[in-house]
Amino acid sequence: MDVKIKSMKHEDFKHNEYIDKLVEELNATGANVVVGNFDKLINWGISNSLWPLCFGTSCCAIEFMSLGAARYDMARFGFEVARNSPRQADYIMVQGTIVHRMAPVLRRLYEQLAEPKYVIACGGCAVSGGPFKNSYCVVPGVEKILPVDVFIPGCPPRPEAMFYGLMQLQRKIKVQKFFGGVNRKEKIDEFFAKHPSEKGQIG
Amino acid sequence: MSDFKEIISKICSSATFSEGDTLLVTVPEKDWFPLAKALKENKDLDFDVLSAVVGMDWKDELGVIYYLTSTSHDWAVISVKVAVADRKEPMIHSVSSLWKVANFQEREVYDFYGIKFINHPDMRRFFLRNDWKGYPLRKDYDANPDLNPIPLDDEKNEDDTVSYVEDAKGKVKAVPGKVFGEDDYVVNIGPQHPSTHGVMRFRASVDGETVRKVDVVSGYIHRGIEKLSEGLTYPQILHFTDRMDYMSAHQNRHCLCMCIEKALGLEVPRRAQVIRVMMDELMRISSHLLSFGCTAMDLGATTAFFYGFREREMVLDIFEKTCGARMSMNYNVIGGVIADLHPDFRKDVHHLLEVMPKALKEYHTVFSGNIIAMNRLKKVGYLSKEDAVNYDITGPSGRGSNWSCDCRKKHPYAVYSELDFDEVLLDGCDSYSRYMVRMREIEQSCRILAQLVDNIPEGDIRAQVPKIIKLPAGRWYQQVEASRGTFGVYIESDGQKNPYRVHFQSPCFNLVGVMDLTCSGYMIADLITIGAALDFVIPDIDR
Repeated sequence: MDVKIKSMKHEDFKHNEYIDKLVEELNATGANVVVGNFDKLINWGISNSLWPLCFGTSCCAIEFMSLGAARYDMARFGFEVARNSPRQADYIMVQGTIVHRMAPVLRRLYEQLAEPKYVIACGGCAVSGGPFKNSYCVVPGVEKILPVDVFIPGCPPRPEAMFYGLMQLQRKIKVQKFFGGVNRKEKIDEFFAKHPSEKGQIG
Repeated sequence: MSDFKEIISKICSSATFSEGDTLLVTVPEKDWFPLAKALKENKDLDFDVLSAVVGMDWKDELGVIYYLTSTSHDWAVISVKVAVADRKEPMIHSVSSLWKVANFQEREVYDFYGIKFINHPDMRRFFLRNDWKGYPLRKDYDANPDLNPIPLDDEKNEDDTVSYVEDAKGKVKAVPGKVFGEDDYVVNIGPQHPSTHGVMRFRASVDGETVRKVDVVSGYIHRGIEKLSEGLTYPQILHFTDRMDYMSAHQNRHCLCMCIEKALGLEVPRRAQVIRVMMDELMRISSHLLSFGCTAMDLGATTAFFYGFREREMVLDIFEKTCGARMSMNYNVIGGVIADLHPDFRKDVHHLLEVMPKALKEYHTVFSGNIIAMNRLKKVGYLSKEDAVNYDITGPSGRGSNWSCDCRKKHPYAVYSELDFDEVLLDGCDSYSRYMVRMREIEQSCRILAQLVDNIPEGDIRAQVPKIIKLPAGRWYQQVEASRGTFGVYIESDGQKNPYRVHFQSPCFNLVGVMDLTCSGYMIADLITIGAALDFVIPDIDR
């Protein structure tokens, strides 16, 4: 199945195996015609108005600001409405190192996001801890505390790389299903069952 | 220098001296506070600036090295070493009553080494959570991740503090206290807030809309760079400097390289020196443009933000062509620079120099003269010159309080002594002056670039350095003028290929120290503009 974004065709993307596998998994039990079309409508809406939560801890945040400025202009793709409140945002783009003191804050921000919600790990630090991996108080990748949808490597990633990552998220959204089939929410619950906080109750 | 020696030995007979790149005075702990008082108040010494406070662990003893600067004695620098042998309950007298900047600095030392400062008003941890086990920069720190797992629960007891007070008999007693009073109405700002320029957290007590007190909670991006550096070789630690204050990446790295070169006695080729200075000034322009954009955006002027970024992209293009990256350039190396200039470099700089004056005029038209901007920035966030000196507020923020503190003029390095440029000084002491100093500094940076762009000498871009770099045993301190103030690097070596201790003295650390002072008495909305005008970068504070 072709998953395209604007003028970007399926072949224009690298690493298509993942999305192909995802589509296959989702369609394993077949898609209902009526419900499938509802899904398409919803996904078309979400994927073209992805609002990020302003969450920059270090260098990557400055590149994200460049993304918002005139030259790169993320408004072309519907990302421009950067929200300061997690209640109004669709996804959290973790730009920068997450340290021990920040970890509970980040987790809480994720919990406050309204469903459907997504996480992008942007930059080396968010992907794996980056150059600070061996430090005594750095979380080696946000994957340890949040379910991540897209990883964008780089230190910091170029704005083009950020666009690529954001488009990958759009593609992922375009194939997801709300009605029937495999539901994203179940996967998130599964993740939190494996990574409980001390209080036990998450999400 | 020898004068200081004589005067100090008269005041404090137990002091011993050793020469290095600065005079090092070693005093026993019991004589430290009287000596500190004399150093500050004696007119023949007059060390009015506390430039750096470096916590140390020499295995047999724990201690602190203080770097002091005397503005009246031609910016002479001396260092004082105070050490205690007790590892269980190490205690040193606080100097925060003399130099206010020591307040946060000593909290940092307590956080890293567990040294308790006697008579310090507020002895809490600074970077790490208050339930952290152990003191990470001690050499015998147990780094087992099971001791300090990734926490997912909130911090507790944020309001409790303690002070170690010495009574008349010399007995030290722990006196618990509270950060805010019972009746204070405390508003939390951050750590995730768009206008704190990163993940800084303030707790402000307010009376109606008026701020009474600001408590700074830092450490939300504390990455432990200083500890990491101790396990790496000198070329490997260079890249950390680009990621601390990412808007002063070139200057910070320049500073670390110069400190290592000073220790090695390495002569840097002139071509490399000129390239370094040009890159520093380009970085300064890019930093001040970002600062302009962010200040404007914090006031709600989103359009001005686009203007600032338009010119900033030009600077980033120059970086990208020569260094290969838009940010985190990793350009300076020990002995010079890593790659030669791109063939387009001169053309691009000339183009930038043509564009900048027009652009600055435009900024002033759209923003600087705007009535809303003036009302929000003028007569807000007052910081007197005395306070700027006492809190060691350098850079554009200090110069906005009319304190002449430009490291390029006071301790000239690279080729700055040959260049013709002015130190921008304004006496408004408010947010608007700080903002204006930045805009005028862009002009001065352009002036420096114009002098150098057609005079880049031919030659090598880096000196010959040994494959394995080992510094001789000793200690070195180097300062440069970064975009936000004086940046310092302290290296102590024991002759190995990795440093024994590296300390980065960041300007932003001091900037955030005056938030309480500058915001008290103003409206809560002004807290945002005062922060924007001070223009701190959080990873530079937290390191």
